[in-house]
Amino acid sequence: MTSHRLTMPVLRNMPAILFVLAFALFSFLDPRFATFTNFSNIASTSAFVGLVAVGMTIVLLTGGIDLSVGATMYITGAVIGMLLQQQVPMLAALAAGVLVGTLWGCVNAFLVAWVGLVPFVATLVTLTMGRGIGLLLTESRQFILPQEMAYAASSYLGIPLPVIMFLIVVVAAMIFLRWTPMGRQIYAMGNNVEAARKAGLNTRRLTASVYVISGFCAALAGVILVSQQGSISAGLGQGVEFDAIAAAVLGGTSLFGGIGSVFPGTVIGVLLVQMISTGMVYLQIDLYLQDMVAAVVIFFAVLIDALRMRLLTRLERRNIRVEKGPDQPATMEKAAT
Amino acid sequence: MTDTILRFEDVHKAFFGVTVLEDVTLDVARGSVVGLVGENGAGKSTLMNILGGVVTLDGGQLLLDGEAYAPRDPRDADRAGIAFIHQELNLFTNLTIAENLFIGDFPQRGPIPLLDRGKIRKRAQEALAMVDLAVSPDVRLERLAPGERQLVEVAKALSMDARIIIFDEPTTSLTARETERLFGIINRLHQAGKTIIYISHILRDVMRIADAVAVLRDGQLVASGPVSDFSIHSMIAAMVGREIEQLYPDRTSQPGSEISLELRQLSKTGISYRIDLALHKGEVLGVFGLMGSGRSELARIIFGLDDFDDGEVLIDGKPVKKLSPTRNIGNGMAFVTENRREEGLMMEATVADNLSLAALPAYRTRLVNTVRSGSVATAVRDSVEALSIKVNDAFHREVKGLSGGNQQKVVLGKWLMTKPSILIIDEPTRGVDVGAKYEIYEIIDRIAAAGTAVLFISSELEELLGMCDRILVMGQGEILGAFDRTQFDEEVILRTAFREHVA
Repeated sequence: MTSHRLTMPVLRNMPAILFVLAFALFSFLDPRFATFTNFSNIASTSAFVGLVAVGMTIVLLTGGIDLSVGATMYITGAVIGMLLQQQVPMLAALAAGVLVGTLWGCVNAFLVAWVGLVPFVATLVTLTMGRGIGLLLTESRQFILPQEMAYAASSYLGIPLPVIMFLIVVVAAMIFLRWTPMGRQIYAMGNNVEAARKAGLNTRRLTASVYVISGFCAALAGVILVSQQGSISAGLGQGVEFDAIAAAVLGGTSLFGGIGSVFPGTVIGVLLVQMISTGMVYLQIDLYLQDMVAAVVIFFAVLIDALRMRLLTRLERRNIRVEKGPDQPATMEKAAT
Repeated sequence: MTDTILRFEDVHKAFFGVTVLEDVTLDVARGSVVGLVGENGAGKSTLMNILGGVVTLDGGQLLLDGEAYAPRDPRDADRAGIAFIHQELNLFTNLTIAENLFIGDFPQRGPIPLLDRGKIRKRAQEALAMVDLAVSPDVRLERLAPGERQLVEVAKALSMDARIIIFDEPTTSLTARETERLFGIINRLHQAGKTIIYISHILRDVMRIADAVAVLRDGQLVASGPVSDFSIHSMIAAMVGREIEQLYPDRTSQPGSEISLELRQLSKTGISYRIDLALHKGEVLGVFGLMGSGRSELARIIFGLDDFDDGEVLIDGKPVKKLSPTRNIGNGMAFVTENRREEGLMMEATVADNLSLAALPAYRTRLVNTVRSGSVATAVRDSVEALSIKVNDAFHREVKGLSGGNQQKVVLGKWLMTKPSILIIDEPTRGVDVGAKYEIYEIIDRIAAAGTAVLFISSELEELLGMCDRILVMGQGEILGAFDRTQFDEEVILRTAFREHVA
């Protein structure tokens, strides 16, 4: 009983605890790790994954999934690159890129909410097709972006611009999820679609909107990544869906829908993923081993999540009896509930 | 002439060419409590779903306050002041009570779509006060007991300021005390002038709270009038279209002397306490207890779904170290769970697939471990016939299309195909209509007569009195008393269950 009472808060706050543990471990192993410069680096390299992960979290809350985010980033980058080559002004090119990326999210919304495809399949289709479209647009060439693009990767008041953008999106997502009817309805739908429908919620519109939001977030992430890299190549955004889903799940978002948060959840998840990979660079762990370590960490995070869910349901199950002591029969009163 | 708030006029509805409602005309008086009864599949739910905007009608019309009313979705019904409290609660366990109350129509701050949490909280508190639920509106729903959740659903209806409130089988998941509380609230709503439509299989409750009764049979309204025109017997007669003389079949066999299943001092912290139980071959042993008495939990332990801390289990006289469903099935045990929709059936699969599921290993070929579909098909046909499951094509019809009674027969049939020596049945007649109940009782009698030991768990004392050789009474995870058939006395058993010992 007592040990359980102790494990409850521990399990509930697993993401934060993991974060602190990883931080302590890396700082102990390498003193250079705990410096402001390093943090600034971690924050600014996690910004684009973070943006994708925010959109992904909102999709996961409905019980869906969006595998196409990497392709959306690539399409966004390809559009920007092509327009810049045509001498289109930079801001117009960026806006067009974000717009096209968001439209790609609308395709997901259409396939899932109106055609009725399973999200996994629908977004797998748009992932593959999106990459194809990107290759077609760019004819698989690599674009080198003009110098001025790098401004997007600069700092403002000492905070890297991508981080500022990430923070704005996080705050907006928080307000959306916690303080708007639609945000609460997304949680409701993730908990019980049938009940949501009977409660008169427009589930089709809700479903559609999360994929559009995810597309928009991925498009923004695309803009940030191309400006940070200064070039657009065929591998842009590849595998980002894995990092984004991992970050969301590490942050406590359930793949079954209805449970999770952007802040602190996903933000901690993103920073954790990035901190671990940066930490491994500091510790000069073999490059070939790094992916394996990352996979093991995620495996344990998901395992702990599953154990947590199991233990929580067991602990929250209502007892029928009030046990007085090991050998005494139950009291005559009805069990307190 | 009384004041009519709602009129169904020649309402007609068919699903896939099958008529479910035929020319139903019914007037509902303002401020009345109408008990709507009928067997499963009689069309009660469809009629109410039309009213609640869940389905649209094919013919006829609804008149609300004398004006045509044609809801296209549940929101239309909300706006018209009609609240529908469904049998399965439509609530969200991950949200707070307040959020649940206003999920479809949140109070907002002006034109910006931001929640007005203060207003939500205040209105939620008012609604909760009306149902006597002394819980903070900020509590998450998952922390509430089933009965409290039901009250939240009622509060939701009240917060929408509904004029007509439909209750569809509201008491199935409630304890006796919670049911009383709900009736108190219904009474108050009645006094406040609300119109209530109350659907239930528990006719005693209908007699108690309704002032008018409407009986549906096969999609037609066969009787309606003030409650004083009806008795439980006449309602049943109207529902089934004939007088049912006997609610329970005669038992055709006597229990044997061999013990099939024995529990000795079985305990689990917080769940069960020193349970002693001996189940004989061919015996129907009833386990009675109120909701939350530990009946179903005990069944789960016996079947190996949950573990136990202490005590012994013997199957056919042999001690069993560890229980698991696989091992138990191997030992000839079968378990018909309480919740057929979620635990007992694959709703999307065919009747045949459901029936054969548990028995498949018995029909495999020795050599390559594939199933002999021919013999499975024969067995399926045999059990559809033996259990008189009403389905026109067992191999292609999905289980979800069957009525509650027939679904329950499929669950029973699934386990009977494994030819069990021990059968545990938990609430086998819940949500099942009178006619199908009788058939299920007959099946239970046949199983016992064939030598199977039956553990019959139920919260309906009457059916245990009618069917069992012995009854154990449980409460707070303990056995509170045991009664032989000769000692059966409804009052004494109920008192035991409530722990009000007779001096």
